[in-house]
Amino acid sequence: MDQQAIFLTFRLATLTTLILLAISIPLGHWLAYSRARWKPLVEAAVALPLVLPPTVLGFYLLVLMAPRTAAGRAVSAIFGHPLAFSFAGLVVGSVLFSLPFAVQPVTAGFRSVDREILEAAELLSPGRGRILVRVLLPLVRPFLLTAAVLAFTHTVGEFGVVLMIGGNIPGVTRTLSISIYDQVQDFAYTQANHTALLLLSLSFLALLIIYGRRGRAGV
Amino acid sequence: MSDYLQVDVEHRLGELSLRVSCALSAPWTVLFGPSGAGKTSLLRVIGGLTTPDRGRVVLHGRTLVDTEKGVWIPPGQRAIGFVTQRPTLFPHMNVTENVSFGLFGLDGRSCKERVGQMLELFQAGQLAQRMPGDLSGGEKQRVALARALAPGPRLLLLDEPFTGMDADLKVSILQQLTTWLTEREVPALYVSHDVAEAFQTAADVVVIDHGQIQAHGPAAVVLAGWREQLLRQLGEVP
Repeated sequence: MDQQAIFLTFRLATLTTLILLAISIPLGHWLAYSRARWKPLVEAAVALPLVLPPTVLGFYLLVLMAPRTAAGRAVSAIFGHPLAFSFAGLVVGSVLFSLPFAVQPVTAGFRSVDREILEAAELLSPGRGRILVRVLLPLVRPFLLTAAVLAFTHTVGEFGVVLMIGGNIPGVTRTLSISIYDQVQDFAYTQANHTALLLLSLSFLALLIIYGRRGRAGV
Repeated sequence: MSDYLQVDVEHRLGELSLRVSCALSAPWTVLFGPSGAGKTSLLRVIGGLTTPDRGRVVLHGRTLVDTEKGVWIPPGQRAIGFVTQRPTLFPHMNVTENVSFGLFGLDGRSCKERVGQMLELFQAGQLAQRMPGDLSGGEKQRVALARALAPGPRLLLLDEPFTGMDADLKVSILQQLTTWLTEREVPALYVSHDVAEAFQTAADVVVIDHGQIQAHGPAAVVLAGWREQLLRQLGEVP
């Protein structure tokens, strides 16, 4: 098995999951409680990766990251190198592509909190931060776990966006799903089978965690 | 007690058009009226859970809402305790944690003492370590009362909080509550369907119907004048 690809994939998935959790909490909170008229616009944008072919997102990101564009130059100035065909570029692409898998469960979690419990907290607490930390986050914890598991596994299995943005550079952008593709191209079916089995087991384990917790919670 | 609360608000909510203008001075005021008359909506406006379409609410000289001047104080900064008919405890916190949630600026020992006092007041000391899921409806309501009083509010709003409690316990708790409020000069605005309670607590009464105040004054005067209408209205209440 490609040890480099395993390490890189898990590093990418862990980083992506952490970033997505940090984004999902404020964004999910806003989507759950905001009455802004333009909220459907944000909801549609967040859900877009669910219906968009990965290559389309990858293509636009590649264009956006090109050193000749203003965005590309700004990003290059921040990271010190162009994002295309780099690990940082993969992280950006993975965060965008897995966004709905993290944001939607967290939004559903915030929406599931009884309105009267939230009002009781508002009456007793002068600041929203305290309500978020002491009331909302503990109540949406199962949804945060679901978001983390889905974001992690979706990133591990991503192929199209990764190939478009990162190419196939060993140790830099070659992830497990691209490694399988390479192994099949080289007729190395035993190796491909081992890698595929790893991804299959991981995906099954992730679903087992989610459904196991739901079962215990009686949902 | 001089006027502690001035309310002059208008708010439309579905079929209900709330138009209330009054000043309250009695330590204990009971809100009477049929279901859907606007009693809960009025409490929500005062507590800050509903922002009125127009108007002003002033508590102890402090403007809580003034739609013309764009003033709106968040519920948690109004120093108002609010207990609803359905007790909504935080399900992931035990009773002690629930009661201490609204306490700020107290060291651990003072906080523990305050929680203990509040639980004793509502005969719930033995529930301190229990989780809300293990409590009966009446026990939850007593804990909700303790939680609302613990931070030392300057006004207490009670929306039929004794529903589901047995009669003896209700009388006992109501007595202790009125004593506690009187000692600390904390007024209460109380939604009830029980005429006897109004007399027991020597209350002022506000009769509200179709979102408007129909009568306001001492219990003996108002309830005598509205006897027949009240009986008819109370007959509609399940």
